Amino acid sequence: MSNKISDETIEYVGILSKLELSGEEKEDAKADMEKMLDYIDILNELDTDGIEPMSHVFPVNNVFREDVVTNGDNREKILENAPLRKDDSFEVPKTIG
Amino acid sequence: MNNMGKQYETVIGLEVHVELATKTKIFCGCSTAFGGAPNTHTCPVCTGQPGSLPVLNKQVVEYAMAIGLATNCEITRVSKFDRKNYFYPDNPQNYQISQLYLPIARNGYVEIESGGVPKKVRIHEMHMEEDAGKLIHDEWDDTTLVDYNRSGIPLVEIVSEPDMRSADEVISYLEKLRTIIQYLGASDCKLQEGSMRADVNLSVREAGSTQFGTRTEMKNLNSFKAIARAIDGERNRQIELLEAGKPVIQETRRWDDNKEHSYAMRSKEDAQDYRYFPEPDLVPIVISEEWIKEIKAKQPELRSEKLERYKREYDIPQYDAEIITDSRIIADIFESAAALCGKPKKVSNWLMVETLRLLKEHNMEPQDIRFSPGNLAKLVDLTEAGTINSSVAKEVFEKIFADNTDPERYVEENGLKTVNDEGALKSVIEKIIADNPQSVADYKGGKEKAIGFLVGQAMKAMKGKANPQMVSQMLKQAVTESDS
Repeated sequence: MSNKISDETIEYVGILSKLELSGEEKEDAKADMEKMLDYIDILNELDTDGIEPMSHVFPVNNVFREDVVTNGDNREKILENAPLRKDDSFEVPKTIG
Repeated sequence: MNNMGKQYETVIGLEVHVELATKTKIFCGCSTAFGGAPNTHTCPVCTGQPGSLPVLNKQVVEYAMAIGLATNCEITRVSKFDRKNYFYPDNPQNYQISQLYLPIARNGYVEIESGGVPKKVRIHEMHMEEDAGKLIHDEWDDTTLVDYNRSGIPLVEIVSEPDMRSADEVISYLEKLRTIIQYLGASDCKLQEGSMRADVNLSVREAGSTQFGTRTEMKNLNSFKAIARAIDGERNRQIELLEAGKPVIQETRRWDDNKEHSYAMRSKEDAQDYRYFPEPDLVPIVISEEWIKEIKAKQPELRSEKLERYKREYDIPQYDAEIITDSRIIADIFESAAALCGKPKKVSNWLMVETLRLLKEHNMEPQDIRFSPGNLAKLVDLTEAGTINSSVAKEVFEKIFADNTDPERYVEENGLKTVNDEGALKSVIEKIIADNPQSVADYKGGKEKAIGFLVGQAMKAMKGKANPQMVSQMLKQAVTESDS
């Protein structure tokens, strides 16, 4: 394996993903990410000169909707999925105030 | 503040978010109406349910193109969306769909006035994105409640170059942008309601320096006054740091307008690393020359064109035309009312003086005007015909402004017509002269001002319904003729 993930990097990726990893999990994640980067290195060996960068996998563009209201009040159905609900809102741990 | 030694220059760039006036959200058919009960305008797409797919609202692209063209931008022919990743409960997908690599418009400018001199503020880029939900702190349980009605409301973010040097220039730029966007009908741009929001990037440097200092970004600015205060506050804070030999830290700060102080919002733990990548669920937007032409053709008359036309067609002064065209809503009222009564200058006076005064007094914006041009035109007709005098007209106008009252009916029902009946006036005047011998004597003795008091008394006796010129004239004559 030629790519090396440092302790700082795995720590940082953990913070960004909001994951608390144990020492063992960090080592496993490092090994997985190193493998992924190695695979990218293989892709990098391909000669892509003269190939236009792709912005989407399908050769389709300009898929639009007209500006017309099609949805009604879905509150009860939507709130059924809420882990916690208070009155007419989703309830989450305190993030402001 | 001791900045006696060095001279500093403030360098400011703005990120302005504008909520577009579409009927539906950017990626789903939910309503964008303001003030709905919490979570009633939601669906699987705008609450980020797994498996739901966004479909772009065509009107969003057209409004964005219109704003881009009106701000002299180049429209990007192949544009696309990217995901901006961050975790926060206002964002149910854990990413915001935005544009980083190929924003819809770039390289524009807006012309502002700075100390009477025209100046260009360049626009770096403008992109489309979705708004986030609203968080409300629940005091009772000490938790946070989330309302996703605003999640997915279409926004454009207009990013300027760091071309502004003072709070005045910033306000001038924002006013210009607001006028342009309101004229296009692309947004109502209400700062208080948050349909226009500005983040201020500010740094200071020693005058004459060509290098930029370290900048901070300030959020939570919801009025022009708050923006001006925040700019002064942050400028002084940075200068104090530099004077003390301390570094300015690049960070996001939140302005508290009550305390007139800003504080750092994000710690290092919440590193701002958005890991943008292309949005796979939306296909690219390809904009043809024809489409651009179509949008240009639909572009309504912009402010500068309207201003010139008003001076030409309605023969009103530059000053009037500037004030009236400042808001498209006021301009529209002017045009309709002037057409109805045929007296543009009179209509313009009502709009410039009384309307603006009442708006200010009630802390309202032109969008909040409820009276019809027809009722304003009727009021002008009533005044010009001498049916009511000017002080009654002001009173009637306040009614029109408040409730869109029909002035003809109001004047009739409340008996406010000017009494031009000389006989009725004459008996009142005789009584006033008899009751106020001192004032009569003063006037005769050369005190011109005494007549004002007598006119006032007569108007009062007539319950304000007399023509004051006529009263004054008749009084003077009666006093001169009286031999008491």
